[in-house]
Amino acid sequence: MPRIPVLKIKDVLIVSLQVEMQDRLALELQDDILSTLSRTGARGLLLDVTSIDVVDSFLGRVIADTASMARLMGAETVLAGLQPAVAITLSELGLKLPQIRTALNLEKGLAMLETGKS
Amino acid sequence: MTDPAAITIDIVSEADVVTARMHGKEMARQMGFGMVDQTRIATGISELTRNILQYAGTGQLTLRPLSTLHHCGLEIVAQDQGPGIQHLGRLLSGRANSGRGLGLGIPGTRRLMDEFDIQSEVGHGTTVRCVKRLP
Repeated sequence: MPRIPVLKIKDVLIVSLQVEMQDRLALELQDDILSTLSRTGARGLLLDVTSIDVVDSFLGRVIADTASMARLMGAETVLAGLQPAVAITLSELGLKLPQIRTALNLEKGLAMLETGKS
Repeated sequence: MTDPAAITIDIVSEADVVTARMHGKEMARQMGFGMVDQTRIATGISELTRNILQYAGTGQLTLRPLSTLHHCGLEIVAQDQGPGIQHLGRLLSGRANSGRGLGLGIPGTRRLMDEFDIQSEVGHGTTVRCVKRLP
């Protein structure tokens, strides 16, 4: 199974979810992100979900958990590029992502993390 | 336009969850559902098939275009021969927090669909049938 790259630019880890997310892949990614955070001391985590067309309760919970774990390790998470249909479905499903700031796209998400503004 | 043929997918591994929701999304698209409904359908299928894996181990998912006098829609039936659900009422109300899930799968899927019916017999299995109607 392919692994999703965790890239570091300055103080921010950038992860772009681009394949069909199977459960195990999502959990492996969570591990990779946390160990990279620990190794690099990055202060921000940018999760790009532009090309993800299904976020079910499992993946949603992995994203929420990852954000709260990252916060415990001193990094803020921004979720960027959620498609309108996915946003509608997530909200109807009843999933809340209270710990996560969101941005319309990758560029805006990166700007949020770089300036530390919300 | 002819409706796509019904299909049944065996659900035995995580990869089948992805296969099932891709089939569902494609069938919904062929039937003329819009992007938001395609996503609701794919997400509902993801929840139902994951429940099969998590609670029963294996099962089947059937996708079938429906066309009656009153409406057209996509019927989704998730069936397993697992242990069944003991506290169906609690589950449907969203008050159950049975395992690793958030307890969102079943009540959440119900909100995404237009018709929702669940039959479960302890020791014999569970069948969830839902329909998304074409607007």
